[in-house]
Amino acid sequence: MSGSNADQIAWNREALPPGPAQDSVVRGITGEIEEKGFVIANLDKVVNWARTGSLWPMTFGLACCAVPMIHAYMARYDLDRFGIIPRGSPRQSDVMIVAGTLTNKMAPALRKVYDQMSEPRWVISMGSCANGGGYYHYSYSVVRGCDRVVPVDVYVPGCPPTAEALVYGILQLQKKIRRTGTILRG
Amino acid sequence: MADASTLQALGATIAEAAGAVVEEVFVERGAELVLRARREQLVPLMLMLRDDPRFAFEQVMDICGMDWPERAERFEVVYNLLSLALNQRVRVLVSTDEATPVPSLIAVWPAATWYEREAWDMYGIVFEGQTDLRRLLTDYGFEGHPLRKDFPLTGHVEVRYDESRKQVVYEPVALTQDFRSFDFLSPWEGMTTLPGDEKVHQIRTERGQIEGPKS
Repeated sequence: MSGSNADQIAWNREALPPGPAQDSVVRGITGEIEEKGFVIANLDKVVNWARTGSLWPMTFGLACCAVPMIHAYMARYDLDRFGIIPRGSPRQSDVMIVAGTLTNKMAPALRKVYDQMSEPRWVISMGSCANGGGYYHYSYSVVRGCDRVVPVDVYVPGCPPTAEALVYGILQLQKKIRRTGTILRG
Repeated sequence: MADASTLQALGATIAEAAGAVVEEVFVERGAELVLRARREQLVPLMLMLRDDPRFAFEQVMDICGMDWPERAERFEVVYNLLSLALNQRVRVLVSTDEATPVPSLIAVWPAATWYEREAWDMYGIVFEGQTDLRRLLTDYGFEGHPLRKDFPLTGHVEVRYDESRKQVVYEPVALTQDFRSFDFLSPWEGMTTLPGDEKVHQIRTERGQIEGPKS
């Protein structure tokens, strides 16, 4: 654009009716974007692609399930290649992996961390204890499933689940986001 | 590891040095020296065990409680001591009940504080002289002492997030299924005699090799 027109906004106030005048404008634009290349995509698909490709988990290793979770991050399974980088802060996280036994004393803290995460956010419940209390279901001090405290998207079964199982759970979550994700705020 | 006779000799030396404080000395499983002591003179006994060069138990490894509901003094406090210098261990037991305090050992081993707090938390054993007798492990505002035998397994409260109040709330326990205890010794639940084995079972029962319901 030339210097005199730089501060002018291209504002389509007078739309051209269909006809030879409109055809000539369209033909002119077609000539301009030729040889330059462009991409067409649905905006929500782009957003979902970005979200599934950078699921940053809030690490919530509460018990022994944290060990297979760490395995999943380490060189062998290497969650980095999915763009999954563990974060220390809920403000930077998209997904919370509840790995281990959730006790009554920890429940308010877990909920607080979940509330601090920014939307959109997801929760993966990892292991029997987080899924439904597991071994400690009848204990006086354990929450019978972390879904009593936070809404859970994916349950990974096992005691503890293997690192592969967690990776599979994360892939299932990506599938869920691709299927249900939207640019609208929930 | 020291053998039973060495431990017996050590126990006899301790009993002689301590006098009437030590009520009983025995070696458990041929490997662990146990002293049963009087509650009132516990602190002098522990000071002697720590400072006497023959014993030199510099470290308290653990203090824990036990609950024997059928006894008159239902609680037992267990002190596990270690001497690194002489590579020997000893266990000291004292008994108490809900109301009677046990002398605190913070003057002897400052590390005793957390153990005593834990014993208070889990059993409700009171330690006299412990200035920091707060709960250690259980939830904030927890009521009761969960390792007592008369404490219900599932406790009294459970938590959930209340969407309307926007906070985690406590409610009375509501179980969808009660706790069930299984007999895992038998592959057939509750079946202690197998068909065809009646005679063998009868002989074993007569010899006292099998515990269980007498038919």
